[in-house]
Amino acid sequence: MKIDNSTIQKLAHLSRLEFDAQGVEKMKADLSQILDWMEQLNEVDTEGVEPLTTMSTEVNVLREDVLGEHLPHEDGLKNAPQRDSDYFRVPKVLE
Amino acid sequence: MERLLQEDAIIIGRLNCDEFGMGSSNENSVHGKVLNAADESRVPGGSSGGSAVAVQANLCTVSLGTDTGGSVRQPAAFTGIVGIKPTYSRVSRWGLIAYASSFDTIGIFSREVSDNALVMEIIAGHDKQDSTASRKMVPAYSTLLHFEKRARVAYLKESIDSPALQPEIKENTLQVLEKLKAEGHTVEEVQFPLLKYVLPTYYILTTAEASSNLSRFDGVKYGYRSPHAHNLESMYKLTRSEGFGEEVKRRIMLGTFVLSASYYDAYFTKAQKVRKLIRDFTEDLLNKYDYIVLPTTPSTAFKFGEHSGDPVAMYLEDLFTVPASVSGVPAISIPNGKDAQGLPIGLQIMANAFKEAELYAFAAYVLKLNP
Repeated sequence: MKIDNSTIQKLAHLSRLEFDAQGVEKMKADLSQILDWMEQLNEVDTEGVEPLTTMSTEVNVLREDVLGEHLPHEDGLKNAPQRDSDYFRVPKVLE
Repeated sequence: MERLLQEDAIIIGRLNCDEFGMGSSNENSVHGKVLNAADESRVPGGSSGGSAVAVQANLCTVSLGTDTGGSVRQPAAFTGIVGIKPTYSRVSRWGLIAYASSFDTIGIFSREVSDNALVMEIIAGHDKQDSTASRKMVPAYSTLLHFEKRARVAYLKESIDSPALQPEIKENTLQVLEKLKAEGHTVEEVQFPLLKYVLPTYYILTTAEASSNLSRFDGVKYGYRSPHAHNLESMYKLTRSEGFGEEVKRRIMLGTFVLSASYYDAYFTKAQKVRKLIRDFTEDLLNKYDYIVLPTTPSTAFKFGEHSGDPVAMYLEDLFTVPASVSGVPAISIPNGKDAQGLPIGLQIMANAFKEAELYAFAAYVLKLNP
């Protein structure tokens, strides 16, 4: 799979990442190489095979809906890079 | 941790690993790289390299690590100690930062199989904080280490014949198989034609899961936040671009690619189908045989920088550990001698899901047979 600049830019935006010109070139080369290698899977016949979507053997893990302790407000804010008294602070969202 | 503390375990420290468990050499850590105590110019393996060397260098009796594709077994092999990856869902992952949720397990490093088994019986079992954790009963592994049956053992032709396999590792692996035969166990060569597809399957699925799991690192609630942002979107992008290392970014980009609408079926769904074939094949094999024996790694500990320019070469280091991860079955690495340079060699034993007791007992037996 040949990856071009616009694909890298699109993937970077979806991943919320940014790359400089040199980083784009490196990522383009690496992704092309790795995807070529991944495409070996096309050699495997998977006609009629159901995809395996879960590994846990547990089914319907349910619990009673009971009143319980939540994370205390202050603990929830403890690791915040920026906060005020009650909230996580982020840069301005609305103009 | 809570369960260990309740048993009066003494917790003495936290250990280095590759960033988010992504790496086979410990070269992807912001804290610097861990050196292999057998040869300081060589990698300890990864991702849980710090945990392996802590036991190797006698800094502690037992350490915990995470094993998504071999991150406990490969460093255990590189440092000459015992390392287990339990069955998927055997140990709760509450408190663990998720990398690839359908693969992640907590593993244990130790010198002795008996110490390893003892810690496993404490930490395994149901946890209401992790709905994927199995409710199956946990046997008292440390009391079940006695082994006296005749085992049916399979070894994989593709692993022994792999051109990437270092000759001394091949020789030591075959020697163990010979000793087992001499003791009256059934030892047979089997073919595992899907082996070459195990790694691409693993990397498609784990990068997809990682790209999703790591989206939580956005600089809002915890962790690093870039000081250079001028609006919300640039805060996300700068925080993640400055905070993540190169390997992590590469895997997020790959995961985003294989999950994108136009390629989802061709890559992600395809890999889930191949995973089904690999798991079914492995489980069938482990119904016919009690154990699969194979080398833990194709080579002994490599030098720092040896593979850092080529991501695919680095991924190939995990060739023999990833099959158990893709299939969700338990596997243990035990010491199996040294190569010509005196570097430790690991032997890996796989068993069927939830057969940890049988795995520990057989591992202890093989270590006695092959000291």
